[in-house]
Amino acid sequence: MQTHAKKLLVIIGEAALEKNLIRDARSFGAHGYTISDVRGGGERGDREARWEADRSIEMKVVCDALVAEQLAQHVLASYAPNYALSLFTTDVGVFRPAKF
Amino acid sequence: MDPVVLFFLLGLVARIAKSDLRLPEAMYDALAVYLLLAIGLKGGVQLAQQPLATVLPQAAAAIALGAAIPLLAFPVLRSAGRLGRADAASIAAHYGSVSVVTFAVASSFLAAQAIAAESHMPLIVALMEAPGIVVGIVLARAGGAQRIAWGALAHEVIFGKSVLLLLGGLAIGTVVGPEGIKPIAPLFTDLFKGVLALFLLEMGLVAGGRIGDLKRAGPFLVAFGLGAPLVLGALGALVGHVVGLSTGGCTLLATLAASASYIAAPTAMRIAVPEANPALSIGVSLGVTFPFNIFVGIPVYLQFARWIGGS
Repeated sequence: MQTHAKKLLVIIGEAALEKNLIRDARSFGAHGYTISDVRGGGERGDREARWEADRSIEMKVVCDALVAEQLAQHVLASYAPNYALSLFTTDVGVFRPAKF
Repeated sequence: MDPVVLFFLLGLVARIAKSDLRLPEAMYDALAVYLLLAIGLKGGVQLAQQPLATVLPQAAAAIALGAAIPLLAFPVLRSAGRLGRADAASIAAHYGSVSVVTFAVASSFLAAQAIAAESHMPLIVALMEAPGIVVGIVLARAGGAQRIAWGALAHEVIFGKSVLLLLGGLAIGTVVGPEGIKPIAPLFTDLFKGVLALFLLEMGLVAGGRIGDLKRAGPFLVAFGLGAPLVLGALGALVGHVVGLSTGGCTLLATLAASASYIAAPTAMRIAVPEANPALSIGVSLGVTFPFNIFVGIPVYLQFARWIGGS
């Protein structure tokens, strides 16, 4: 079955950023997103998701390469200085390109 | 000793001993929703019977107290603590806002001692959530060029779960009254203390996890976390006395003044003042002041209320 090349951008960050990230993804042209609650740790300690201020989310956005790049740049510039944040991107193949 | 305090201790010990005990996240959420609604409902049922002329000045004094606390704490944190503007303002906002769970433990403590308090105190809790946060944000931004998104912030505070559920519970309780509440009373009244105990077990686990933050925060913040509640508790008891609250009411207002928020304030400050280090504000409010109030503070505030009231 034929697939079409897109980018998967994954943003892992503090749950406090959720509304901003959704707004940003939409405004940069992403057609959709998926968010899950996650927990983990990094150089500055663990985020265990036990209570409100300790929660983290993982946001997945499948989109065109340009959208992924612009969104990632914006997220890094706006939030990376003050928030716990990880971003990565990878190539994916989608079956219905119009959806993304 | 109140059993709920021992549940908190159990959680604290479990966490410090690195136990694998972990309450499901959904349970924490469900218990928090229950507690907020139950406190609101209980207050609401009685609220309708209170004369507005009594409630209004007390409500206004509580709002003013909530707004004044960050103004008192901020210069101390800035000068004695040598903290940056953002961190000092954020910590000040946490103390200006209130801890609903500390209030619940204080209410339970008073009930166990058969000391009555004004039934509209849950309204006071809801009213004291926001002013300290707003003043804290203004302090953080004073003189700075960065604009404050008041609309988004107001939405966050007013429609955040703590204020929404407290005010929602108060409204429902007021509308249905003592008779209407009866069908749901077995859940929201009779089970309250048991649920509070479970919630405090989880809070012990959470507070125990903040002990690492304290090492980074340093001795000043630990001293602040122990000293500020005593000073603010005395102020709260005094304000309560001036506006005519009973000994129980003064104890609860003192507890609210002495408590630091860990639901509304951390979320709001994270959005409004992202450059403030949350490990400091949460470490001191949850790692020091919350356990201090649960173990030591609440009986002391009752004593303050008795001294000031002359009984």
